[in-house]
Amino acid sequence: MSGHSTYQPQSAFMKWMERRLPIASLVHSSFVVYPTPRNLNYWWTFGAILSVMLVAQLVTGIVLVMHYTPHETMAFNSVEHLMRDVNYGWLIRYLHSNGAAMFFLAAYVHMFRGMYYGSYKEPREVLWILGVIIYVLMMATGFMGYVLPWGQMSFWAATVITNLFSAIPLVGEAVVTWLWGGYSVSNPTLQRFFSLHYLLPFAIVGVVVLHVWALHVVGQNNPTGVEPKSDKDMVPFTPHATVKDSFMMAVFLILYAWFVFYLPNYLGHADNYIQANPAVTPAHIVPEWYYLPFYAILRAIPDKLMGVVALFASILILAFLPWLDTSKVKSARYRPLYRQFFWIFVAVCVGLGWLGAKPAEGGYVLAARVLTFYYFAHFLIVLPLLGFFEKTKPLPNSISESVLGERSKA
Amino acid sequence: MTTMSSAEHTRRDFLYIATGAVGAVGAAAVTWPLISQMNPDASTVAAGAPIEVDLAPVAEGQVIKVFWRGKPIFINHRSKKEIDDARNVNVGSLPDPEPDQQRVKSGKDEWLVLIGICTHLGCIPIAHQGSYNGYFCPCHGSVYDTSGRIRSGPAPTNLPLPPYEFVSDTKIRIG
Repeated sequence: MSGHSTYQPQSAFMKWMERRLPIASLVHSSFVVYPTPRNLNYWWTFGAILSVMLVAQLVTGIVLVMHYTPHETMAFNSVEHLMRDVNYGWLIRYLHSNGAAMFFLAAYVHMFRGMYYGSYKEPREVLWILGVIIYVLMMATGFMGYVLPWGQMSFWAATVITNLFSAIPLVGEAVVTWLWGGYSVSNPTLQRFFSLHYLLPFAIVGVVVLHVWALHVVGQNNPTGVEPKSDKDMVPFTPHATVKDSFMMAVFLILYAWFVFYLPNYLGHADNYIQANPAVTPAHIVPEWYYLPFYAILRAIPDKLMGVVALFASILILAFLPWLDTSKVKSARYRPLYRQFFWIFVAVCVGLGWLGAKPAEGGYVLAARVLTFYYFAHFLIVLPLLGFFEKTKPLPNSISESVLGERSKA
Repeated sequence: MTTMSSAEHTRRDFLYIATGAVGAVGAAAVTWPLISQMNPDASTVAAGAPIEVDLAPVAEGQVIKVFWRGKPIFINHRSKKEIDDARNVNVGSLPDPEPDQQRVKSGKDEWLVLIGICTHLGCIPIAHQGSYNGYFCPCHGSVYDTSGRIRSGPAPTNLPLPPYEFVSDTKIRIG
């Protein structure tokens, strides 16, 4: 659904430009007159928020690199130097480290919104899969960035995560040595992670462009899940979506600033202010909060290889969601059973996250096993069966009818 | 003038296949160095040469840590009780069955030399801890006994042994 090409260049320069590179009309048709469903709610503003967070991470990251030294003997001190000596260095680093957390927070809201309203369903499967790819790239980028300060948590996160690949039969050890560039996590590992941490965000930008392109081909989903049928169902992007996105962005940035200025280390771990020591593992190593559910799944399985398989499967299963959900009705508004299962699933994800931060012993392991089973059951049992057994509510005839009721027929 | 059917082989087909073949070889030749550069470099390999450790100062019951190839090596001067604990078990009942005698040099039963890296995900276990008073990994709760064998937890195998030999009564060479 591309916008109407109504752009008329006014000045002589823009007329000249339009005949050579019609970028102004592209922006105009994509972000000004672009038709959006008139019933979008605030859950639809997180795409714009994510774009802003991506830019914020790029800008702060590029600045951090101006002060950071990627070497095992100097990395930790260069970060401390940045925090103490560089003008506003503390601010830029806290913006970047908390920005990563806020980026994931926004991504999770965005993903759960897609699940609630069935935004992954026909014809938006490719749009959804591109989103899953962005999410996987985000996880890789976040992990490698966490290693760069070369504190104790950095070092042992790098050790544990790279060791996941040692579970591969036969070639596992060789793969891990290759990833490390040595016989343990060491300077070559740090330097390649730095290189890739700088590269991957630009790969994310590339996939985001594809994600937005796919979005503009199929059009946005909306809270009813009913595809738009006429111009009455739509409003132009500007001012309607522009002001809604901007308002929510401001609210989100206040939350972000609250963390940066009042709780800058709340989401981190004190052990990461101790320089990396290959001889001592901290007593409680846990990943950052946004990886905790997957960490709980890894630890729930008593077998090393199967634990790693379950970890990766729990992420990759998202890409198959468009085909695992067999219901023709998109929005949970009209799916009374799915709506309950959705909230159970959200609770299970939060529960797994809580368990991921707990020690792997006793009742915690048992609970993690139950929730891990449910996590997969949601995708492999609940969603495929619901499509056949659920009695859905009647859908509105159109978006405008759901918004305006009887008045839409006038 | 001859007519050429498209089914016949032409000089363009030959050029197409020849260019493709050279291109494939070239791509492989370029890819190999790009992958290989990530493996341990010459200085890292050289730094992995054998090291000698003097055991004389290690008291009974003490565990010392030395580094070889960036890996912590635990050298445990075991007490009589620790050796007995390690041997008074039904080997067949262990997750990774291996008698204690195979994990030490014969006649040197008190010296247990291990690579101190948990076989689960690579954390460093803590000595003299866990329900078998051997080693305990704080990351995911693997428990090893006084022979460094896995007894419970997610680790799949026993703590590995580095290659080493006694060069004299109180000195070993690791590597």
